Amino acid sequence: MNNYQVFIDNFVGSLGFFKPEIAIIATFISAILLDLMFKNIKNIAGYVSIVGFIITGVFLAQLSGQSASLFNGLIVVDPFSTFFKFIVLITSLLTVIMSFSYKELYEDNRKVGEYYSIIAGMTFGMFLLCSATNLISIYLAIETMSLSSYVLAGYTKEIKNASEASLKYVIYGAFSSGIMIYGMSILFGATGSMDVNTINKAILSGNVNLIPIIISGLMILVGFGYKISAVPFHYWTPDVYEGSPITITAFLSVASKAAGFAVFIRFFKDAYMYSSIDGGNIWQSLPGFDWKIVVAILSVASMTLGNFVALWQDNIKRMLAYSSIAHAGYLLMGVTVMTNAGIGSVMIYFVMYLIMNLGAFYVAQLIENEIHSDNINDYNGLGSRAPGLSVLMAIFMISLIGIPATAGFIGKLYIFTAVIEAGAIWLAVVGILNSVVSAFFYLKVVRNMFIRENETNKSKLQFHPATQVIAYALGALTIIFGLYFTPVLAWAQNSIQMFF
Amino acid sequence: MFQFLGLGPLTWITFLPILGMIIVLCIPSGNDDLGKEKSQNLFRWITLGITFVQLVIAVIIMFNFNIHLVGVNDESSMQFVEKAQWIYLSGLPLIGDVRIEYFVGIDGLSAPMVLLTAIITFIATLSSWNIKKSAKGYFAMYLLLDTGMMGVFVALDFFLFYVFWELMLLPMYFLIGVWGGPNKEYAAIKFFLYTLFGSLFMLLVMIALFFAVGSFNMFDMMNLAKYNPNSILAGISTTWRYIAFGALFIAFAIKVPTIPFHTWLPDAHVEAPTPISVILAGVLLKMGTYGMIRIAWPMFPDAVYHFQTWIAIIGVVSIVYGALCALGQFRVGKRDFKKLIAYSSVSHMGYVVLGISSMTSEGMVGAIFQMFNHGTITAMLFIIVGVIYERAHTRSLDDFGGLATKMPVYTGLMMVAFFAAIGLPTLSGFISEVLVFLGAFQTFPVIAIIAASGIILGASYMLWALQKVFFGKLPEKWQGPWDPTHLKYKTDDLNFVEIASLAPLAAIIIFLGLNPNPMINLMTASANHLIEFVKLSYPLAGM
Repeated sequence: MNNYQVFIDNFVGSLGFFKPEIAIIATFISAILLDLMFKNIKNIAGYVSIVGFIITGVFLAQLSGQSASLFNGLIVVDPFSTFFKFIVLITSLLTVIMSFSYKELYEDNRKVGEYYSIIAGMTFGMFLLCSATNLISIYLAIETMSLSSYVLAGYTKEIKNASEASLKYVIYGAFSSGIMIYGMSILFGATGSMDVNTINKAILSGNVNLIPIIISGLMILVGFGYKISAVPFHYWTPDVYEGSPITITAFLSVASKAAGFAVFIRFFKDAYMYSSIDGGNIWQSLPGFDWKIVVAILSVASMTLGNFVALWQDNIKRMLAYSSIAHAGYLLMGVTVMTNAGIGSVMIYFVMYLIMNLGAFYVAQLIENEIHSDNINDYNGLGSRAPGLSVLMAIFMISLIGIPATAGFIGKLYIFTAVIEAGAIWLAVVGILNSVVSAFFYLKVVRNMFIRENETNKSKLQFHPATQVIAYALGALTIIFGLYFTPVLAWAQNSIQMFF
Repeated sequence: MFQFLGLGPLTWITFLPILGMIIVLCIPSGNDDLGKEKSQNLFRWITLGITFVQLVIAVIIMFNFNIHLVGVNDESSMQFVEKAQWIYLSGLPLIGDVRIEYFVGIDGLSAPMVLLTAIITFIATLSSWNIKKSAKGYFAMYLLLDTGMMGVFVALDFFLFYVFWELMLLPMYFLIGVWGGPNKEYAAIKFFLYTLFGSLFMLLVMIALFFAVGSFNMFDMMNLAKYNPNSILAGISTTWRYIAFGALFIAFAIKVPTIPFHTWLPDAHVEAPTPISVILAGVLLKMGTYGMIRIAWPMFPDAVYHFQTWIAIIGVVSIVYGALCALGQFRVGKRDFKKLIAYSSVSHMGYVVLGISSMTSEGMVGAIFQMFNHGTITAMLFIIVGVIYERAHTRSLDDFGGLATKMPVYTGLMMVAFFAAIGLPTLSGFISEVLVFLGAFQTFPVIAIIAASGIILGASYMLWALQKVFFGKLPEKWQGPWDPTHLKYKTDDLNFVEIASLAPLAAIIIFLGLNPNPMINLMTASANHLIEFVKLSYPLAGM
C-alpha cells in the first residue's frame, strides 16, 4: 500500500515536469483529429502543429533551470535536456513552416495531414530521448523517433528515390538498433539494472567483469552513432538525405542529430565515467578503457570522410548530407574533450548549426521549387536570376565553412577552444585541415551561382515574398550571432548542468 | 582627439566603406540601359566619395600623429585609441572569463599602412571606372574589402584582427572570381584556399595565446610576465612556442607571399581585373608582413631569434627566385606582362622579409618603408599594364612595341614606376632598398650580398620589358581603333581618369625619393622600439 502510494505521488509529481511532452502528444492527437474534421482546410494539421509547438515552447521555457528525476528515474529534466529540447522544438517549428511552401510535397493534391502530425510524433520521440536515463526509455525513445522518421523519409512515396530512401533507412535502422539493444541486454545482464546511474554504481563497485561492459558500450555506440550519422555508421545518410523530401532532410540533419548527441553525451557520461571528479567538470573514463580515443577516432573519421566525399557531389542534398556527416565530426571533437567546456562548445555549435543548416536547406528548397532540380550545376547563374536567395545561400555556405562574421565561425571557434584547452592539438589541426577542404565544396555552390553563367535560361525567378521571410530571418541571425554571440554563449553556459 | 558622432577617426575610416556598401546595395541598379548607366555612375561616384573621405581622414590622422610615441607593446602610447567592450562573459567553466574588445589604435608600424590603404583604395576606385558588369555587386564587394583591409591595420585585439583578416577573403574571392579573366575560377579558389589554410593556423595560435593570457588583447599577449605558467605557450624557447611561431609565420608568409607559398599570387594577379590587382599588390600583400611585425615578432621574440637566419634565407630566396621567375617570362611562350609584374612583387616583398629578419633599426625602417613604396610603385605598374590591356586586349609582351612615340604621357609616367621598381636613386624604392641592405648587411653579410643580385636581376627584367613595350616598332595591330563605335584609337594617350590615377602615385614616389624624412620619421620611433623590445625581452626571460 505504501509503495503504491509512493508510486502515485511520484507519478503525479512528475507530470508537472512532463508538461512539454504532454503538450506535444496533445498536438499530435489534435492534428490528426482536426485534419479529419476539417477536410477542406488543407494545412489544418500544420497550423495545429505550429500552435502546439508554441505552447510546448512556453511549457519548456517554464522548466528552464529546473532539475528533477521523473517516473522513478525513467527520464530526467535538467537544463541540459531542456537546451536540446529547445533545439529540437525550434527545428520542428521551422520544418513545419518550411513545408508549407514546399511544392513537391503538395503535388497531385497529396494529403498532408499525416505529414504534420508525424512530425509532432517524431518531436515527442526526440524530447524523450533528450532526457532518457534508463535503457528502456532510451530504446523506446529511439524507436518512436526512428519509426516516425522512416515514414517521413518516404512520404512522397511515388517518387522512386523517396521509397528507396525510406526502405534503406528502415533496414539500416533496424540493423543498428538491433545491435544496440543487444548491447543493452549485455549491460543489463552484467550489472542487473536498467537505470543508467545504478549501472554506473555497479561498474564502480568493481564487482563486474569489465570486458562485457566495454563491448556493450561499443554496441550501444553503434546505435547512437547511427543517429548522429558518424562514420562508420553513416552509410544510410547520403541516400536517405537525397531521397527524402528536402524539408525532412533538413529536419533529420538538425533535430535528429541534436537528440542523438544529447543521449550520446548523457549516456556515456552517466554510465561510463566517474561522476564526481571536479564537480563533473572533467570526466574520467572508468578503468580499463579510454572512451576519449574511441570518440576521437569517430570524430576524425567523420569529418575527413564527410568532407572529402562531399567534394565530388553534384546533388545539393547529397552534398549537404556529407557536410552533415562532417559536422557530426566537428561536434564529436567537442565531445572528445570530455569536459564541461567541451559539452558547452557542442551546445553552442548546435545553435549555430541549426541556423545555418536549416537556412541552407530552406534556400535549396525554394530554389528546387522553381528550377525543379537539386543539381548544383543547375545553380549556374542564379546570382542574377534570384539575387536575394543567392546571397543568402552564400552567407549560409560561408557560415558552414566557418569564416568570421558568421555564426559558423563562432561555433567552430568554441569547439577549437575546448579542444586546445584540453591539449588535443593534433585533433584541432585535423579539424582545421578539414575546414580548408570543406571550403572547396561549399564554395562550389557559391561559384556556380555567381561566377558561372547560365547559357540556356536567364529569366528571373519569382518567389512569393512570404515564403522568403524565414530564409532572410535565418540569414540575418547567421550574421548577428557571428558578431554578437553573448546570448548564445550565456544560454549554453547555463545549460551545461546535468541532473546527475 | 576629434570625434564625429561620438566615434573616433579610426572607426570612421574603417567603417565608412560599410556605410557606402549599404548605400550602394540600397540603390536599384535600373532595368533598361539608360537606368543601368545612371546607376553605374552613381555607384562609382559613391565609392569614389567614400574613398576620398577616407583619404582625407587618413591625411588628417597623419598630421595629428605624434611621431615620438612608440606604441608596439606599450598600450599607453598607442594613438587614436578607441576601446569598447564587445563580448564579455564571466565564469565560463574552465575557460573562465571571455573578454573580446573592440580595440583600435595606431602606432608607427600601422600609420604608414593606414595611409597606404587610403591612397590605394582611392586610386583603385579610379581605375575601376570602366567596370560595367554588375557594377552594384562590384562596388559593394570593393567597399567591403576596403573595410577588411583598413580593419586589419588598426585592430589591436587579436580577435578583431582575425575577423577583419578573414573578412576580406570573401570579397576578394568574388572580385577575382566574377570580374576576372578566363581562368578566374581557378585563381579565385586557389587564393581562397591558400589564405584560409594559413589563417586557420593563425586561429589555433590565437586560441592558444588566449589561454595563456586570458584575453585577446595583443598587449597582454606580448607580455611574457602575464602568461599563465601552466599554458603550453608559457616559458621561453620551448618547442610549443617554436611551433606556434611557425604556424603564425606560415599564415603571414602565405599572404606576403614568400617562397614556397607564392604560387597563388601569379594566378590571382593574372586573372584579377586591374583595380583588384592594384589592391592586391598595393595593400593585401602588406598585410602579411604587417602581421609579422605586429603579431609574430613581439609575441614570440625568442622564436624570432631562433629562426632569424631561416627567415632571412626565405626572404633572400624570394628575392632571387621571384626575380628569376619574372625574367623567365621572356623565355616562355606567353610572355605575360602582368605575370612579370606579379613575380616582381614576390621579389620585392622578399626585401621586406629580409629587412624585418635583420633585427636592426635600419632594416626594420627600410622594410616598413619598402612596404609603403612597393604599394605605391606596384600599384602604378599594374595600372600601366591595365591601360594597355584595356586598349589592346592582350598582355603579351610580344604584341607591343614603340609606344613611346605614340603615347608620350603614358611613357613618362611609366618611366617613373619602372625606374622606381628598379631602385633608381631619387625615387622612393631606392631609399627603402638601401636601408634594407644596410640593415641586413650588419646581421647577415653573405645573405645580403646574395640579395643584392636581386637588384641586378630586377633591373634586367624591367629594362627588358621597357624596351619591348615602349621602344622599337609599333606592330600592325596597334594601328586600328580599340573602340570602333567611338573611334578611339589604340594609340590614344591616357585619358583624364587614367592620368588622375597614375599621376598622384608618381608624385608620391618622386617626393619620397627626394625627401623620405616625413615617412621615415613616422615609423622610426616604433620600429626602434620594436627592435629594442624584441632584443630585450629575449635575454630577460631567462636565456
